Amino acid sequence: MNAPCATDVGPRLSRRFRLQWEDAQQAWVLLYPEGMVRLNRSAGEILLRCDGSRTLDAIVAELEQRFGASGLAADVAGFIDMARGQQWVEAAQARP
Amino acid sequence: MNAPLPPSANQPGPPLWLLAEVTYRCPLHCAFCYNPVDFARHETELSTADWLRVLREARAAGSVQCGFSGGEPLMRDDLETLVAEAHRLGFYTNLLTSGVGLTASRAQALQAAGLDHIQLSFQDSTRELNDFLSHTRTFDLKQRVAGLIKDNGWPMVMNCVIHRLNIDYIDRIIEMAVELGAEYLELANSQYYSWALLNRDQLMPSRAQLERAERITNAYRERLGDRIRIFFVVPDYYETRPKKCMNGWGQVFLTVTPDGTALPCHTARMLPGLDFPNVREMDVRSIWYGSEGFNRYRGDAWMKDPCRACPDKDKDHGGCRCQAWMLAGDPAAADPVCDRSPEHDRVRAAVEQACSPAWKGGAKPLVFRDPRRSRELGAKAADA
Repeated sequence: MNAPCATDVGPRLSRRFRLQWEDAQQAWVLLYPEGMVRLNRSAGEILLRCDGSRTLDAIVAELEQRFGASGLAADVAGFIDMARGQQWVEAAQARP
Repeated sequence: MNAPLPPSANQPGPPLWLLAEVTYRCPLHCAFCYNPVDFARHETELSTADWLRVLREARAAGSVQCGFSGGEPLMRDDLETLVAEAHRLGFYTNLLTSGVGLTASRAQALQAAGLDHIQLSFQDSTRELNDFLSHTRTFDLKQRVAGLIKDNGWPMVMNCVIHRLNIDYIDRIIEMAVELGAEYLELANSQYYSWALLNRDQLMPSRAQLERAERITNAYRERLGDRIRIFFVVPDYYETRPKKCMNGWGQVFLTVTPDGTALPCHTARMLPGLDFPNVREMDVRSIWYGSEGFNRYRGDAWMKDPCRACPDKDKDHGGCRCQAWMLAGDPAAADPVCDRSPEHDRVRAAVEQACSPAWKGGAKPLVFRDPRRSRELGAKAADA
């Protein structure tokens, strides 16, 4: 049921979570049954791009351009690994 | 005008969690119900228009999780209207229900309204214990409702209140949840408030029962892996340090009761000497930041010994104000669950009784929640 779409090339936010900007908290939050995770700015910006249509490389490139930074690859990959462990995102790789 | 206020020492963050107790009406008679024992004295209910305004005011004040609860929230036929408005406002919407009254058409209407999640509770009320354990009528109802939840694409969260009379069947409860396709299962031991306090003698499990149930739950966790996430909550009385109740008084939770009374937790109405505001008379932002009821136990200036000098006071905030009132007779006392409380013996005595091999739950019959009993108990309390 939660398998990534066949067309996914990159990580996708799990359908069990909703990503939303909260004015009152000035933060992106992840909402799920009876719970909430408040995200820091970079976590929010990464998850915002986890829509299945972007590869990890594309996400990194977009973020580097958006924030005028370089060398973000390791940090982004590390965050996505953690997010996968938390089941916030589903991996892109096709299952064997 | 409604600019968010940053949290500070004297200024809490927003009321992130809004619990909308839309009615005290309920088709069930659970002996562990957390509704006030005298709920029948508060029969008037907010109108649809009142609730819509409360939702808008709470959202503007920063609420983001909204739980529709009761009683049985499906008893209100405007539930779909309220859910739709909550969804439109950007709330994550949760319905806490026994499933009684959830038909296919109401489920569809709730789905169309944007409901995000249903928490389905087993309504095992001990009166129906045999029925419940023998998988008959209760199971048929739950199966039908679980099917509706799946058909509408909602995550399946089940909740079962655990107590002395059903804890020995925890394996069957877990298997029932698995069979129904639950993704989350909360096995929450009854805490002793309201109706459950009246029935504490009969409901409190022994330590041996608790340990066995946890052992069995852990074995299922291992065996079932990612298929289902199981949460197990022990009774406060078996702890030696209190919980940080509601994550701190007036820090996160805002409950609005059926008649519009605003509370920092769903049982706070029992506390003496506190005048809680009503959403009919005051807007949510003023209630949250400005009312005496919400400010009373914020910070730590109200604390007494041993809390005042306790190194853990920021960690647990002195525990639960209602438990302090019920067991120590003083809402500003340390929660007697804490073994540093001078009243901790009361908790220890209750536990010792529950653990005694000779203890069979006492001679008193269980008191089931119903409006008639509620009126009797309310009158008795008023005379006292």
